Amino acid sequence: MTKYICKRLFMAVLTVFVVATLTFFLMNAVPGGPYEAEKSISPQAKAALEAKFGLDKPLFEQYLTYLKNILHGDFGPSLKQRGRNVIDIILTKFPVSAKVGIISVMVSLLVGVPVGCIAAVNRGKISDSAIIVIATVGIAVPSFVVCSLSMYFFGVKLRWLPTVGLTTWKHYVMPVFSLSFYPTTYIVRLMRSSMLDVLGQDYMRTAKAKGVSRAVSLFKHALRNAVLPVVTYLGPMMAYTLTGSFIIEKVFTIPGLGGEFVSSITNRDYMMIMGTTIFLATLMVAINFLVDIVYKIIDPRINLK
Amino acid sequence: MKKLIPMLALLLALCMILPACGGGSGGEKILTVQVGPDPETLDPALNSAVDGGNMLLHTFECLLTVDKDGAIAPGCAETWEKSDDGLTWTFHLRDGLKWSDGSAFKASDFVYSWQRVANPETAAPYADTVLWPVENFDAVFAGEADPSTLGVSAPDDRTFVVKLSAACPYFESLAAFATLSPVNPATVEANGDAWAVSPATYISNGPFMITEWVPGSHIVTKANPNYWNKKAIKLDGIKWLLIEDSNASYSAFQTGEALFIKDVPTEEIPSLMNNSEFHIDPIIGTYYLNLNCTKAPFDNEKVRKALSLAIDRDYVANTIMQGTYVAAYNFMGPGWADPAGGDFYANANGGKPYISSDYDANLAEAKKLMQAAGYSGSADNLDLTITYSTNDSGYHKVVAEYLQEAWKQIGIDLKVEIVEWASFTPMRRAGDYMAARNGWVGDYSDPSNMIELLYSSNGNNDGKYNNKDFDAAIDISRSTMDVKQRSEALHKAEDILMETAGCIPVAYYTDFYLQSSKITGMWHSAYGYWYFMYADIK
Repeated sequence: MTKYICKRLFMAVLTVFVVATLTFFLMNAVPGGPYEAEKSISPQAKAALEAKFGLDKPLFEQYLTYLKNILHGDFGPSLKQRGRNVIDIILTKFPVSAKVGIISVMVSLLVGVPVGCIAAVNRGKISDSAIIVIATVGIAVPSFVVCSLSMYFFGVKLRWLPTVGLTTWKHYVMPVFSLSFYPTTYIVRLMRSSMLDVLGQDYMRTAKAKGVSRAVSLFKHALRNAVLPVVTYLGPMMAYTLTGSFIIEKVFTIPGLGGEFVSSITNRDYMMIMGTTIFLATLMVAINFLVDIVYKIIDPRINLK
Repeated sequence: MKKLIPMLALLLALCMILPACGGGSGGEKILTVQVGPDPETLDPALNSAVDGGNMLLHTFECLLTVDKDGAIAPGCAETWEKSDDGLTWTFHLRDGLKWSDGSAFKASDFVYSWQRVANPETAAPYADTVLWPVENFDAVFAGEADPSTLGVSAPDDRTFVVKLSAACPYFESLAAFATLSPVNPATVEANGDAWAVSPATYISNGPFMITEWVPGSHIVTKANPNYWNKKAIKLDGIKWLLIEDSNASYSAFQTGEALFIKDVPTEEIPSLMNNSEFHIDPIIGTYYLNLNCTKAPFDNEKVRKALSLAIDRDYVANTIMQGTYVAAYNFMGPGWADPAGGDFYANANGGKPYISSDYDANLAEAKKLMQAAGYSGSADNLDLTITYSTNDSGYHKVVAEYLQEAWKQIGIDLKVEIVEWASFTPMRRAGDYMAARNGWVGDYSDPSNMIELLYSSNGNNDGKYNNKDFDAAIDISRSTMDVKQRSEALHKAEDILMETAGCIPVAYYTDFYLQSSKITGMWHSAYGYWYFMYADIK
């Protein structure tokens, strides 16, 4: 186990390093720069800005300086949002995205797992068919449609929910609904098929034959085994929801990291691009790493090498 | 399941730890508006954006301001005068001016602020636009002289003197420009660039001061109790929603969460045309096309003119752009101030538009010009292929599609190339294109601000237009202090530009926005700014 963890840690660091290096050279290869605008700034002002942020140095030197700085925990200043440091922006905005994300993960699990079970237990009945239809729609409909429709009906038409920002609990309803819609329906389908699989196992029949009540056999035996694929899905889903969705943040004006990630690229804010990329890469690698460890804990049959 | 429950509990705990976004107000008269997304900066020296400039108008006050009618009005300076040669300007500040933190405001704060803008280490993007006439600016900005040698001084706490190296007929407009707002030396020195990102260190001198800034969400400004004219302020505060998506801002307006929005989705415009809360106001600026004059066939004046004449501007402005633009038959539209008095547009070309609004006659003329240039000039024989580059936002793409159809009539096969925004401007600036869209909105109402774009060495001369007579006319307009001569020179420059089709004006910009009928006392300026400081909510 220790050897495995060491190996995985080494691979994780290497992955982040490769991602950072590739991003650095790719973003510099793309045309444009942080100080391009409809109205050109004077060559002197541009030169002064580039000198201030070290953009006038050869690219490889910039790369080495950047690596040296991040090893000291210095992610540099944002090139566009003057006066703000990249790390401060990430640390202010990530918690906002993460909060919406965590609530969405919880909603997805709390709704998805039971509904999936209900569908499996009632296989072939109307309730099962209805759940399957909704779940299929949920997977097929993109999040911006869910956002826009919920905003239109609950915000503009019915005036039940506010549409801008994240001030009260009411503000969370629509973003969380939009963000959790897809994962919830995905979990429903996952849970249903895995539950059906488990319900057909010999040990379930044995339990029934031994006179174990239906509730106990379902909750104690079936659910425990059926939930494993959901845990597998939890890893990528957490990474996806925690880091914020560009679309949902834009539509509901949520000050999260998802929007920052996209706008840093269109703004050619090199420092922000690097900072957010390294942060997200680290988060992804860390979550995948944790999920692998959790597997081992949940299912001792899994052998980590 | 047993494993899942602790996991859920852990998530719930995490959720509790993470900070909540606070906000909200009770009982106060707060006007909620949307003028744009998160401003890149609210440091007056560093700002170059319109939305940032709009907020700065409310948090800072320059020496002079622009009033409701677009005229120069007193700001921090109560009175001012210039020397006979126009080279020395003396501003007399109001008595008892204070910063928002209550500290005394001195004329030396202006000296500090202007020197800071000129200092190359500040890297102020608008430095040369606003300070170019000031004595020794070039040397300071090039890093060859100390910022303290800039031609500004404060003989006493209430007098600010500016010495110019060249007479600047529109210097008052520059003195009212947000870049030259005073900044508080103590907070800037103590906090560096970061002074302008936190409400605690954001000390200002305007009618409002920042009390809360949640990047990507909102900015709250409250009435500044130390502002000299605080009695005229009726609002307790203004909440600026930092919404990026026009559909989101439109929803906010519909739900009443915002009483004013700048970003209205273009697809909603037809349904809003009869809505009394929907406004379309002209601003000084022109949507135009650049033809790369250094590349064939655009080195041929006839081709450029033909392309210009083949556009039905009325159709573009009123049908394609749904009446949110105004057809442009001149380069300089309405609203620019003629140095000799009156509206520059009204006095241009003897009061007659340069391009006739008779489209059929124009098209016939365009065909002839194409034939004279050696092309077929006919839709039956597309013997000239042109690539038109644009970014995809607003009406740019539909205008490109229209041009494909319109220029086909004169024998042109137009290929449209959509380029991502961040790559588009450097590409256009480098002259790496054949034809491209362009646009300009005035920073101040002196015509030089826009007509000089076509000066051969101008950094924004993306069409690489190079005409000696045009340059000579501009040179005269820059050097003379005689308003009549200056006006004539500027008009001559536009005559030459339009005669040689140095660029193709298509439409004049407007601002279209939604303003609740509950708001009174606010106004919109021709520079694209909204003034909420004296507004009230019914």
